[in-house]
Amino acid sequence: MDLTESYREELRLIRKPWTGAGIGLVVLALLVIPWLKMDYLVYMATVVFIYAIGVQGQNILIGYTGQISFGQAGFLAIGAYTFGHASALGIPLPLGLLAAGALAGIFGVIVGFPSLRLKGPYLAIATMGFGIAVYQILLNSEVISGGRMGLMVKKLPALFGLTQQVTFYYFTLLLALIFTLISYNTISSYAGRAFIAIRDNDIAAEAMGVNLARYKLLSFAMSSFYMGLQGALYSLLIGFLEPNLFTFMESVTIFVAVIIGGLASIGGSIMGAAFVILVPQVLGAMKELVPVIFGVTILIILIFEPQGIAGRWLKIRLYFRNWPFR
Amino acid sequence: MGMLEIKNLSIHFGGIRALNGIDLAVRDNEILSIIGPNGSGKTTLFNCLTGIYHPDEGDIIYQGESLLGLSPDLIAIRGIARTFQNLRLFMNMNVLDNLMLGRHVHMKKNIFAAFLRLRREELRHRERVEEIIDFLDLQAYRKSRVADCPYGVQKRIEMGRALALEPKLLLLDEPISGLTSEEKEEAAYRVTEIRGRFKIAIILVEHDLKIASRLADSMAAFNYGQKIAAGTPEEVQRNPEVIRAYVGEE
Repeated sequence: MDLTESYREELRLIRKPWTGAGIGLVVLALLVIPWLKMDYLVYMATVVFIYAIGVQGQNILIGYTGQISFGQAGFLAIGAYTFGHASALGIPLPLGLLAAGALAGIFGVIVGFPSLRLKGPYLAIATMGFGIAVYQILLNSEVISGGRMGLMVKKLPALFGLTQQVTFYYFTLLLALIFTLISYNTISSYAGRAFIAIRDNDIAAEAMGVNLARYKLLSFAMSSFYMGLQGALYSLLIGFLEPNLFTFMESVTIFVAVIIGGLASIGGSIMGAAFVILVPQVLGAMKELVPVIFGVTILIILIFEPQGIAGRWLKIRLYFRNWPFR
Repeated sequence: MGMLEIKNLSIHFGGIRALNGIDLAVRDNEILSIIGPNGSGKTTLFNCLTGIYHPDEGDIIYQGESLLGLSPDLIAIRGIARTFQNLRLFMNMNVLDNLMLGRHVHMKKNIFAAFLRLRREELRHRERVEEIIDFLDLQAYRKSRVADCPYGVQKRIEMGRALALEPKLLLLDEPISGLTSEEKEEAAYRVTEIRGRFKIAIILVEHDLKIASRLADSMAAFNYGQKIAAGTPEEVQRNPEVIRAYVGEE
């Protein structure tokens, strides 16, 4: 039963008290995790938060705007190295993060230009070229990559009497929450509508006054900003950068997270990020199996559940909402 | 002075002359029907008017300004909205969002306000959209995904989306085709309603000669990319060339 009384009420992010309670519980659980004193769990969750940001960005581009991109590793590297050099120059951390996102975003706009002409697989190839080019430049330019020694990144200091690891955990959790909120807000705004319109029918979107160039580039800029931020946070996590962190496999991992989580779903992006992080961990010693598992999962998802984990989750919820009727 | 004047418009694709020296004029608040057999250039004309095709020759003057070289979104901003022959809806959005997208050109856009979920603009435009939902009897489908709506309803949604843009000139590409006879009557009635209520000019492309001539103030007939007749509906219907194109020679 949906008893809405005003248009304003319909525009709220959380419309039902149950949804609010559920989200509250999840956030509470995430806040409590560090108190369990399981360092490994805290570390894994931190990586998932970091990846959740970038995967959301890619879902805005791929899932909502329908622009297939394989250049993720490139934006990730730009963000990571921008932040690495900024922090080496003594630029304050928030500014460094902003610069990392912004520079990746600017490159996103540049890489987005082919999208005004290319569609589908052709765009995928063009963006893939960008990702690989960035990797090659890093390999061959010691000024940027720090040569064989790599680039050291100063980690976030321990604050408020917490350990360094827990401080960083809360820091990434906060950023992940903020960017999740921004994703949800954008998607339900005029910009999100324009993105989906371009994906569903670009000719009609243009005939209704949507400037295709502007919104495709906006989508590229946003998704690359997210990606750059992920790169910067990742460099903060491991404290060390080398070109081999940004191979084509990294693009594939993030792409897999988008598909498995569920195209055009923000919540799905977070679940997809958790999937690609946790599977290699669960497999432990059998790391060579990771691509096989990703591949098989994608096949299963595409055949049986094109909406990904998010789609399955929606169906489960619907089942319980209608229970015992079906 | 008309709101739209098409002068000597020509376009060809390879060896096919899709439009050949078309002259047409639309007055304010007029319904112009364009009839013609398949492939006679009716939809091509719409595609030229909305900037999807760029004509080789001729000019399109809309409210004293040439539309040549403008992209489709800039033409939409100037107040020309259209529907498509084979429905081009945003199938995965709900009906409400489809109509809200029609308001796109009227919205004040600020991406940072979007990030922060400031929604005053949304609310303002929602009221206009609700008027259109009432007008087209779409209340029951407001939150349905468009792909799940029946064909007749989808046609109405597309018309609603075009109306949400508050056009001064509305281009309807076969708004009546593919409907049941009851829906046809309704759709025809709506076209006259739109003209009366929104005080706009309409160009109507239609196969159904009877309904097209009933609705129209003036009429033009196309065949093989050429205008073969123009005038009042009665004149056009009696024109021997039109009869030849439609029914063949005796």
